[in-house]
Amino acid sequence: MTVSPAALPHQHTGVTFDSVDQLAARLADERYITDRSLATTLFLTLQLRKPLLLEGEAGVGKTEIAKVLADILETPLIRLQCYEGLDANSAIYEWDYPRQMLYLQTIEATGEIGREQARRDLFGEEFLLKRPLLQAIDASHDRSPVLLIDEVDRADQELEAFLLELLSDFQVTVPELGTIRAEHVPIVILTSNRTREIHDALKRRCLYFWIDFPTFEKEFRILTAKVPDAPERMAAQICTFTQGLREVDLFKSPGMAETLDWAHALLALGTKSLNKDAVDDTLGVILKYQEDVDRVRGEVASVLVDRAERAVD
Amino acid sequence: MPSTSYRLFEGIPLESQLAANLLTLARDLRDSGLNIGSGQVINLVDAVSVIDCNRRDDFYSAAKSTLVTSPEQIPVFDVVFARFWRRLLRPETLEQDALDQHQFDMPPAPSDPKKGAEVEKKKPQAGKGETDKERAVMAVEDSAIDDQSKTEDLDALPEDVIVFSAREVLRKKDFAQFSPDEIAEARRIISGMSWRLGTRETRRLEKAPHGDFIDYRRTLRHSLKHGGVPLELRRRRRKEKMRPLVLICDISGSMDRYSRLLLQFVHALEQGLDSVEVFVFSTRLTRITRELRKKNVDSAIEQVVKSVHDWSGGTRIGESIKAFNYEWSRRVLRSGATVVMISDGWDRGDPQLLATEMARLQRSCRRLIWLNPLLGAPGYQPLTQGIRAALPFVDAFLPIHNLKSLEALARLLGDMDDSPPVRANRSIRPVSSDSLQMKPFVNDRGHLLVDVGPMMDGKRIERSGSRERTAARH
Repeated sequence: MTVSPAALPHQHTGVTFDSVDQLAARLADERYITDRSLATTLFLTLQLRKPLLLEGEAGVGKTEIAKVLADILETPLIRLQCYEGLDANSAIYEWDYPRQMLYLQTIEATGEIGREQARRDLFGEEFLLKRPLLQAIDASHDRSPVLLIDEVDRADQELEAFLLELLSDFQVTVPELGTIRAEHVPIVILTSNRTREIHDALKRRCLYFWIDFPTFEKEFRILTAKVPDAPERMAAQICTFTQGLREVDLFKSPGMAETLDWAHALLALGTKSLNKDAVDDTLGVILKYQEDVDRVRGEVASVLVDRAERAVD
Repeated sequence: MPSTSYRLFEGIPLESQLAANLLTLARDLRDSGLNIGSGQVINLVDAVSVIDCNRRDDFYSAAKSTLVTSPEQIPVFDVVFARFWRRLLRPETLEQDALDQHQFDMPPAPSDPKKGAEVEKKKPQAGKGETDKERAVMAVEDSAIDDQSKTEDLDALPEDVIVFSAREVLRKKDFAQFSPDEIAEARRIISGMSWRLGTRETRRLEKAPHGDFIDYRRTLRHSLKHGGVPLELRRRRRKEKMRPLVLICDISGSMDRYSRLLLQFVHALEQGLDSVEVFVFSTRLTRITRELRKKNVDSAIEQVVKSVHDWSGGTRIGESIKAFNYEWSRRVLRSGATVVMISDGWDRGDPQLLATEMARLQRSCRRLIWLNPLLGAPGYQPLTQGIRAALPFVDAFLPIHNLKSLEALARLLGDMDDSPPVRANRSIRPVSSDSLQMKPFVNDRGHLLVDVGPMMDGKRIERSGSRERTAARH
């Protein structure tokens, strides 16, 4: 029933939180606007020392969470950006071949070191290039880093097998060096855009959180926090517009990131209040498919602009 | 559903009672179709020990983040959790729960066959009235669009076939005219066919003596033998992977005569290849990949029939393709997938929508192949609105009415190489009734095709004579 700390891998963070409230307050200080359910899940991530899998539409702030978490824990953020074909050499470690070659040539020329010694030197840590996953469990950290494995759905399934192993033991075996074990187990955040299903075995090892599109209130708070230059009235108009846009049947609905980009774009064009012309000129900032733009431009846009105007009056 | 009350379990310590309640929550969720492992339940037990269990919102978040693994599960979770929480507080509110359960229309859980059967019974009835009505409407529309009745088309079989053996006849006979014995024989032949998909190079590397890339690690290790001089280069090459295949099959009423046998074929594909995703539609789209994973073809098909609620219904190709594009394409059309659509194109929906969605589908896959059982009938012309709207966005248009056409398809899929498809930059135009007057033709490989501009492998396929001449070559 109770968690016995001995059974869990050692995690050391400079900052600790005793309750959800404390963590939520700290997140708010960092101007990261979130709801209590996410705060609870983050609290559990830290307490249970489990990896956290974040899923949600593109642009809802999944990556941002890892950054904020690293900030409030005052610990380094190590990021592994996944892509198709990402392999162990780019994710875990690789030997620095050119330097190894040069080293060999040098000792060949000087003849100072014996063959055995040369072989030992050659596969020493000096020639090891540490990639993000190895960096994360490297002993050189004095506290647990935050490891962000971004867009894990883009990597292929071979990498998932590596992750499964890494996330359960937090150790990596380099044949020439032996096993490297994490002294401070990293706080692991995985994100996925759901371009494919993540394997069940990996999902079950993680805590799970689905980030939805923000509510109007949340979107407004984030917008005013991130783009303080935007007049409050226009910020409300923008949020009403994007909220309405998400109800339209679109191939790709705009995320929070698009809302922020849009606000910046409107400000750059000197817009003081949302109007139909400004919307038509800047639709490309929030909609990324031509069919979606065609669908919204004109009638739908003017209905939404009217609604946005009414909302702030 | 087992009626569980969450009252205190007598005779066990208070702490274990909470654990027991958590276990019942997990069991109820499993009964509702969520796949929950014991590791997840242990996580939950750990989780509640560090949060304030009396706060419903925190407890809810803790349970959700430990037990749920996909957004689709969240609505189910919410309902089960609400019931759990209510019972936890007031174990006697069972009547209200019965009401809840009634409104709670979930997919049948595999562990609860009785409930599954209930859902089954309900659905087809609801769909049936619609089906008949739709058929009637379709019949009227069809005769208005096309003078030739499609049954007439199908009844006439090409007579120019030289009979080599009974099996040869079977190869060329239209599926629609098979007797039960012939169906059994065809099923044997189909399950014996071997399938191969074109491959593509991945970004991963593998050892290969004459590969394009130098394997530094092995070269260096090897050079130690020669005092650090890399005398021999070790090499690697790009690993090849089979292209994923996505099948989208029409199982509407007009496809009735083909559906079962085609499912047989689809099952053989799914069993023979690594990454195959299968969807069926008549009025809406259903993913049946999981059902088809069963080794035994009969029980697999049985499973499919059970899980599809609109079997032999009307046809809404446009809506179904749209559903595929919006909900699935980003998930299953990775890494150069080939999409094969099997449909007769008798669509009652909006041709404009179909054109838009077919265009989108073509843009997001490597090859889009349309298989049409009616295309095998002599004199058949793809004149229905649906087909006319969709054809400009199809890379290949092939018949699938007999075993021979299946073999032709196998060849086409196997021949696919890495070259990108050449497609004209076609915009979506309004579909007018006289915009397409095309005739199917047979090319030198024996494929029956329709000239829709530059296509497969960048070679423009020219029209090659009349059907009679090419048919004689077979």
